[in-house]
Amino acid sequence: MSSEVISDGPSISEVTKNGLWTNNPALVQLLGLCPLLAVTGSVVNALGLGLATMAVLIGSNTIVSLIRNHVSDAVRLPAFVIIIAAFVTCAELLMKAYTYELYQILGIFIPLIVTNCAILGRAEAFASKHHVGYAALDGLMMGMGFLLVLVALGAIRELFGQGTLFASMNLLFGPVANSWMLQPFGENYSFLIAVLPPGAFLVTGLLIAGKNYIDAVLKRRADAQRDRPIKGAKRIRTTGHIS
Amino acid sequence: MAFKQVSSPHAHAAQNTAQVMKLVLLATIPGLVALTWQFGWGSFINVVLASVTAVCCEAAIVKMRGRSISFYLGDYSAVVTAVLLGLALPPLTPWWIVVVGTVSSIVVAKQLYGGLGYNPFNPAMVGYVVLLISFPIQMTTWVAPLALLPAGTAHPGLMESLQIVFAGYSPADGVTGATPLDVFKHSSGLLVDQVYDREPLFNQAMFAGAGWEWVNLGFLLGGIVLLTQRIFTWHGPVGMLGALALMSIIFWDSGSSSSPGSPLMHLFSGASMMGAFFILTDPVSSAVSNRGRLIFGILIGILVYVIRAWGNYPDAVAFAVLIANFAAPFIDNYTLPRTYGHTDRRRATEKEEG
Repeated sequence: MSSEVISDGPSISEVTKNGLWTNNPALVQLLGLCPLLAVTGSVVNALGLGLATMAVLIGSNTIVSLIRNHVSDAVRLPAFVIIIAAFVTCAELLMKAYTYELYQILGIFIPLIVTNCAILGRAEAFASKHHVGYAALDGLMMGMGFLLVLVALGAIRELFGQGTLFASMNLLFGPVANSWMLQPFGENYSFLIAVLPPGAFLVTGLLIAGKNYIDAVLKRRADAQRDRPIKGAKRIRTTGHIS
Repeated sequence: MAFKQVSSPHAHAAQNTAQVMKLVLLATIPGLVALTWQFGWGSFINVVLASVTAVCCEAAIVKMRGRSISFYLGDYSAVVTAVLLGLALPPLTPWWIVVVGTVSSIVVAKQLYGGLGYNPFNPAMVGYVVLLISFPIQMTTWVAPLALLPAGTAHPGLMESLQIVFAGYSPADGVTGATPLDVFKHSSGLLVDQVYDREPLFNQAMFAGAGWEWVNLGFLLGGIVLLTQRIFTWHGPVGMLGALALMSIIFWDSGSSSSPGSPLMHLFSGASMMGAFFILTDPVSSAVSNRGRLIFGILIGILVYVIRAWGNYPDAVAFAVLIANFAAPFIDNYTLPRTYGHTDRRRATEKEEG
């Protein structure tokens, strides 16, 4: 990235693409693996934690960006952590108030959002260097990228582990969601390892492999479409030949 | 006396992978025969079904990886994995259990890590543990041995067994039963002698556990054949069986109610012999040097006993082998053999000092 782009800020589409795909916190940066692996046994758990994380990320990115010129470098990390902790406390209290049962299921993993490296990572790497609008957008997109991976993991593990999809969504959406549960494999299906920790590692690995595969295919296509330099042609203003 | 001058290499022609694997397959026959004799057709069906599934999985993955299918299927390693898994699974278990286990073995534990020679864990044991964790009920339902069947009944025949495996028929009463290690685990409060008196699994047995002693003798026989054919060295099996025997002697507690069982029972029931000769001798996932294999075997023997005596599972060969697989690179690091021409052990890549 050239210095010109930094002063103007990256383009909105670039920030969006970064968060959702190229620099996805869960699949590429591999940050926040603890909640990623621990709570994605079902869609409702994944969605609950993902939304909380996203809210914290947007809030902390915004505030960190606002104070970025007023906090000295020496104390910036403690300041960031305090800001993040404040937002996590807010999220925790809100979940306690509105989705108490889900709050009980997620338990310790809600306060542990503070230690999610993705959040501190974005505060340090992006929000403390960019204008507030970009920082908030980055928080939204990074949070969204994390949320999507969490929900995908939760859906796959719930489907293959317990044979259900969208079970107990009423914990998050109220009585409307009572009838959302799908049971495509019948009532007696269960494949415990998908719900247990090994399943989380396996499915995460497969998701990462899938992303890398898609990237490789896209790259191959782009390469095929690009004009190839003719072999032996001379480069302008460089020495040597193109091999 | 004439000294013939022979040029190097002096080693005999090594057997190729396919020959070794075929010998291992042949050596499982006594165990399979004993299982079929004592527990009916279930194990035979398991072995065939697992082999077919394994060959299909291996072919599919090798094709996806763009390699030669005939070359990779020709080394028989997939069949060996499948046969070992099939022997380890309970007879008359539903067909999908066997298929899920085999797919976990071949696709996840073997091919995702790069195929034969690259798998850090024993593929058959990974498949077994995936099943044991996922389907505890089906995996702990064993068939009763021949001596324990109700008078006048026999194990289901081949057709009936196929119906039980593929169509979900339930076997007749009395066909299923516990294993000796199960019985022993759940008989706390009784002296060892009392357990032996009361439980038909023991009072119908010659020395270890009805049916199971024959299966273990079968695997012991096959293992000794492989040993004399120098398919593996004695270090791993002797380490494991020695450690298992020593542990069970130390904690025998002269047959009190808290004794975890006699050395004979531990050596000749469960998967002891199969584990010692067919599982931990896997050249890929075990330690490399002779000393390393001895330590590797001892570690497995101790772990098997510890989990059997004080853990939650009645048998533990699969878990013990997987844990020891984790430790194998570490063991290798500290058991480097001395290279010919050097006075002490060191790595070939280490730089000369000074």
